[in-house]
Amino acid sequence: MIAAICFYIFATILVGSAIMVVFSKNPVHSVLFLILAFFNAAGLFVLLGAEFIAMILVIVYVGAVAVMFLFVVMMLDINFTELRKGVQDYLPIGLLIGVILMVEMIFIVGGWHMSDGIATIILAPTPPLSEVTNTDAIGRILYTDYIYLFQIAGLILLVAMIGAIVLTHRKRAGVKKQNIGDQVRRRRGQAYEAIDVKPGQGI
Amino acid sequence: MGKYIDIFINWLFGYQLADWAILTFGTIANVLVVALPVLLAVAMIVWVDRKVWAAIQLRKGPNIVGPFGLLQSFADGLKVFLKETIIPAGANKFLFLLAPGLSLIFGLVGWAVIPFGEGMVISNLNVGILYLFAVSSLAVYGIIIAGWASNSRYAFLGAMRSAAQMVSYEVSIGFVLVTVLMCVGSLNLTDVVLAQKNVMFGVNGYFFSGLFPMFVIFFISALAETNRTPFDLPEAEEEIVAGFQIEYSSMSMALFYLGEYATIILMCAMISILFFGGWLPPFDWAPLYLIPGVIWLFIKILFFFFCFAWIKASVPRYRYDQLMRLGWKVFLPVSLLWVVLTSGYLVFFGKFAT
Repeated sequence: MIAAICFYIFATILVGSAIMVVFSKNPVHSVLFLILAFFNAAGLFVLLGAEFIAMILVIVYVGAVAVMFLFVVMMLDINFTELRKGVQDYLPIGLLIGVILMVEMIFIVGGWHMSDGIATIILAPTPPLSEVTNTDAIGRILYTDYIYLFQIAGLILLVAMIGAIVLTHRKRAGVKKQNIGDQVRRRRGQAYEAIDVKPGQGI
Repeated sequence: MGKYIDIFINWLFGYQLADWAILTFGTIANVLVVALPVLLAVAMIVWVDRKVWAAIQLRKGPNIVGPFGLLQSFADGLKVFLKETIIPAGANKFLFLLAPGLSLIFGLVGWAVIPFGEGMVISNLNVGILYLFAVSSLAVYGIIIAGWASNSRYAFLGAMRSAAQMVSYEVSIGFVLVTVLMCVGSLNLTDVVLAQKNVMFGVNGYFFSGLFPMFVIFFISALAETNRTPFDLPEAEEEIVAGFQIEYSSMSMALFYLGEYATIILMCAMISILFFGGWLPPFDWAPLYLIPGVIWLFIKILFFFFCFAWIKASVPRYRYDQLMRLGWKVFLPVSLLWVVLTSGYLVFFGKFAT
């Protein structure tokens, strides 16, 4: 019973905050609602017994991605009324994409439940949670059967990261940068010079 | 705890509680048993911090209120409680008041998975390390939201600094956690502590010696993650007056302090659990086990907090680009290299725990 109550609480807040992401007037509020949605999704994962995915969701999305979103959205000087103008134009397209996604999800979940021999045709059967922790279970599949795909995904992210750095990095003239190596290598002889100044003569 | 509540109610009223009631009341009692001492510890640790700080600078520190000034924190608490909460006209009221609460909550929820002894933990999560990592990465929200909701340039600068700093140092903390969990073979914090038993040179031998560089990186990253002194740029008084907390007054500011110190003690507890055997005594010697594990954990936490206070008293603040350099160009490569070396060592000598 407690699990059911928790599920409905999480699910209601999740859907509610997801709607608010789209409809709230202030983009910063949108991002904060997005974070709330992530939290509730993590809660749903915990209820499913997938605590590893739940924690990764919180660490990656809430702890890093959403911080960056918030960072960018706060820095942008956005005209809120200007931003709201296009909503009516984009509404049909948005709704269409939403409906398509929902139908696809229903197909996946429905197929999962309707098909007879799902246990036999499934590629990697889920081991019982009482024997294997789900961190272990994911690791066993990810680093054996799907190791190449996993590595390729990593490489794609690496390329994207390097690409972003290359595209935005520019060298400017006249920037004074601290070179720690030079500073550490500097010895006393280079730093100062003792000059014996004769009285009445100056340098 | 639920079991004892059930027995107590049964003894008092002769009434058997339902299962869900035992679960609910038991959890609430567990939470209170941990959270109240933590809050008390926060008040006392502020006093410890000021005393250590004063001793290093050859001052007396707080010594008026109560014996040795012990009640100073409570006097301060009472004072801020009686002050007026000022909300700036241009501030986003809801978020402005939410931010200090968030920062305290994220300082407290991490304690849910900290084991104080074998089985003495609110929630024995299988992914305890990840949970702590997640919670410590959330602490940034209190500061960002405070900085933005204040609608002040200084506060905003503080929030920006804090966001960039915390995200940067989380990366190296993540790698440190990976090396530790590779040696343990489990994400459960109780397993992490038990794995440090009976290894070379008693409890600390293996983790302390093999992972010593990781401990140093974790310690310094913990300073950055909690905005402690060499890295307290988000509130740098001389540059951005008080950073994210400039618009805060009275209890809302006190909540920031409570949250900050709760996070610091949590970080000290993490250091003692990950590298120094948590509730285990420092040497695997039978008489030492007579002292309860909670005391050992407490002593370790206090020692690391002393180091935090020591650093606060003796190290000047970093410049911002130096802070970023240290995080990205020093800690990240070193911790990554250590992950590779540790995993290589574990695979080569067949020491991977299965």
